[in-house]
Amino acid sequence: MNRHCEVLIIGAGIVGCALAESLARNGLAVTILEAGVIGGGCTAAGMGHLVALDGSPAEWALSLAGVQRWQVRAHALPAAAEYRECGTLWLASSAAEMNEAERKAALYTNYGVSCQLLTAEALYQHEPELAPGLAGGLLVQDEAVMYPPAACQWLLERAQAMGAQLLRGRAQRLEQDGVRLEDGRCLRARQIVVAAGNQSRQLLPELPLQPRKGQLVITERYPGKIHHQLVELGYLQSAHGNAGESVAFNVQPRATGQLLIGSSRQFADTGLADEIDWPLLQKMLARAFHYLPGLRSLQAIRTWAGFRPATPDKLPLLGPLAGHPGVWLATGHEGLGVTTALSSAELLSSLMIGLPPSIDPRPFDPNRFSNANTPICPHALEDALT
Amino acid sequence: MRELATELAIVGAGPAGLAAAEIALRHGMPVCLIDDNPAPGGQIWRGGQAGAAMAGHPKLRLLTATRVVAAPAPNCLLLESADGASQLSYHRLLLANGARERLLPFPGWTLPGVTGAGGLQALVKSGLDVRGKKVIIAGSGPLLLATALSLKAAGAQVIQLAEQASLASVSRFALHLWHWPGKLTQALMLGWQLQQVPYAMNTHVRAALGNDRLQAVRLRRGDEEIELACDWLAVGYGLLPNLELARALGCKTHHGVVEVDHVMRTSRRDVFAAGELTGIGGVDKAQLEGRIAGLLIIGEYDRAVALAKRRRRWLRFAAALEQHFSLQPAIAQLASADTVVCRCEDVRFGRLAKCGSWREAKLHTRCGMGPCQGRLCGAACETLFGWQNAGSRPPVFPARLDTLAGNPSTAEVT
Ligand SMILES: Cc1cc2nc3c(=O)[nH]c(=O)nc-3n(C[C@H](O)[C@H](O)[C@H](O)COP(=O)(O)OP(=O)(O)OC[C@H]3O[C@@H](n4cnc5c(N)ncnc54)[C@H](O)[C@@H]3O)c2cc1C
Ligand SMILES: Cc1cc2nc3c(=O)[nH]c(=O)nc-3n(C[C@H](O)[C@H](O)[C@H](O)COP(=O)(O)OP(=O)(O)OC[C@H]3O[C@@H](n4cnc5c(N)ncnc54)[C@H](O)[C@@H]3O)c2cc1C
Repeated sequence: MNRHCEVLIIGAGIVGCALAESLARNGLAVTILEAGVIGGGCTAAGMGHLVALDGSPAEWALSLAGVQRWQVRAHALPAAAEYRECGTLWLASSAAEMNEAERKAALYTNYGVSCQLLTAEALYQHEPELAPGLAGGLLVQDEAVMYPPAACQWLLERAQAMGAQLLRGRAQRLEQDGVRLEDGRCLRARQIVVAAGNQSRQLLPELPLQPRKGQLVITERYPGKIHHQLVELGYLQSAHGNAGESVAFNVQPRATGQLLIGSSRQFADTGLADEIDWPLLQKMLARAFHYLPGLRSLQAIRTWAGFRPATPDKLPLLGPLAGHPGVWLATGHEGLGVTTALSSAELLSSLMIGLPPSIDPRPFDPNRFSNANTPICPHALEDALT
Repeated sequence: MRELATELAIVGAGPAGLAAAEIALRHGMPVCLIDDNPAPGGQIWRGGQAGAAMAGHPKLRLLTATRVVAAPAPNCLLLESADGASQLSYHRLLLANGARERLLPFPGWTLPGVTGAGGLQALVKSGLDVRGKKVIIAGSGPLLLATALSLKAAGAQVIQLAEQASLASVSRFALHLWHWPGKLTQALMLGWQLQQVPYAMNTHVRAALGNDRLQAVRLRRGDEEIELACDWLAVGYGLLPNLELARALGCKTHHGVVEVDHVMRTSRRDVFAAGELTGIGGVDKAQLEGRIAGLLIIGEYDRAVALAKRRRRWLRFAAALEQHFSLQPAIAQLASADTVVCRCEDVRFGRLAKCGSWREAKLHTRCGMGPCQGRLCGAACETLFGWQNAGSRPPVFPARLDTLAGNPSTAEVT
């Protein structure tokens, strides 16, 4: 069978589905190819916290825009997407971390994002279950949590309503002007977007992608136990440092009343084997108890692991791939792909259509690592400073 | 968290686990026997005199009302009970943690008054008063007869026994019973004791009726439908091995049972399996397998091999059970669009029918995402839709976070 389309997107994770929707809205004939369940890749493994992070100016720009795009569309999301504007509460455990909270507060304020610095006293009024001894916190009210597979499905359905086609199958290799599927079919397309998450490397082995394993635990339902997504300010260090393994306190109240407990990061040499790494899980739980001692007696029903598609500078690969005419990339979103799905889609579709993007695309240029002129990545600087 | 160590850990104090424990203890090997029930005996004996001979044996550590919740490291199990968590390290492990009932959804199956067949039996054993109550027992397999008998003994009026398999199929099974004289005697005894109970083949429950509680049952027998008023309905469609722990340990499974060789070794070194886990075959098979595993574990390889020859008969029995009580296609088509399939998350048949796989159903309907983690609805979906549900994630049972966190000291090492 031979099919022809204007744009073929490989991968119906949240990144591919958001892009399909954006391109379809711009009137392009889009086909999206998925080998498995819609939103069943990394999108099904993550926490779904919609959060702006400022590890670098580019990360800040993309994630802030992402949070805001979701806010605008929240009213249209189906109930199954469990969008809940619980806010992010950054916890400071020391005076030094309180300084960091103040620095962040100034940044948010600068960008017109409302936030509130909390004294220790105010912190405990917001979250009485927190362990004593914390210095204070920073509450970012408008941030939210979501159930990503349902949001992903919704984006796909929106795209389909605007003419996009869903095709089931696994891309095996890229060919001149098209894609060869595992079952032998060949799909022709003028433009091909690889949005296959970690598996993008199976199609393009040269991509600077590395799976970064993360583990989560979910509990039974305890509505009202905590009210905000709680994150330790030390998180930035562990999330962005390039250290082999780290854990950080990160607990989320789900719309179901369940608590979702994260998070860990490790570059697993075991490939994509998703078994639980118990010592790391136990470290993560110990960290969680340190901040929320009441967790100890709650019932856990499930643990799991997923793989964030990570690049060396923690920024996604968004743009045309040099040496492969007609091939674009939308992958490498590491631990922020749910947050940045809409802003990434907007950026990439602008580039594909030839409109001026609202976010500077250069930091996301897929060819930045092979280009000797690329300035050293800001994270290396940040790591050196902290 | 307590730290425990043993030579042989046995999970499950049913016939299989007890038989193995006895042999190991007689040999002088330290045994830690773990069961989540308050007393040893497993599903069939539930306490009683089971294990009495071993009680107080100096080399036995009996942990009842204790669950194995995870296998966090090689040769190590996490246990949980009401008074806390422990970490057990072992040299050898015997999995003898049995089976559970297969429950399948039909309209009304979530009404109070409707239970599993083994479920009602267990309720009665733990004190439910059924004297003078009208009970219907339905589903498939010999377990229905055992349930009927214990209900009768408890004073209930069993007004109907309904077996979905055809008369021809059940008769063929009965005709073969002389291969297993013990089973034949048992069957004759049961038949004698149950002679007042109407036993209908080719009959299944179409629906349980009632508003807030069960009032009547609609049965389908061949082409006719009848309604019978009753107080309790117990329905079970045979047994399914509890594979979660075996899978957590990395033991290979095949066709829904743990793969073992002729002397009960699993694919994992130092891990053995016996009883219903290796195939549903009843108490005699379970005891025999427990003994084979026990002999092998104490180093009596030749005796284990000799005993293993007898196992073939019981494997044939297990195969006969499976063959003659296999489900008729109608059983997988009882649910209507609004019949609940996943009780934890209240997911109904109509939504599931739109999905193409177990994973899709989970991600997009929350089926199997609740506290039971698909223990019931996963098996139901396999029967209803043919979906494979191979994955299971720790913990094996819901467990306190504290338990999973283990010892900080051990969490630091590696
Ligand atoms: C533990 C953990 C916690 C996280 N927490 C958050 C969070 O709180 N907030 C946040 O914003 N992000 C979070 N993330 C990150 C986020 O989940 C990911 O960045 C995002 O889901 C990536 O989406 P994707 O579409 O690129 O990839 P995927 O979801 O992996 O989608 C790729 C799709 O492509 C398909 N595919 C692959 N190869 C082929 C092929 N050859 N042919 C056809 N189809 C193919 C796959 O089946 C898959 O469906 C977390 C991730 C993890 C692991
Ligand atoms: C509900 C039910 C009722 C039955 N009633 C009868 C009957 O009346 N007559 C009859 O002939 N046969 C009956 N059977 C079948 C009979 O129980 C089996 O043939 C026989 O008991 C198998 O022995 P076993 O040792 O393999 O498993 P079991 O006897 O099932 O023993 C396994 C034990 O392991 C425990 N266990 C499981 N997982 C864990 C864990 N993770 N941690 C700790 N403990 C665990 C279980 O609670 C159980 O006590 C019944 C089975 C079931 C499921």
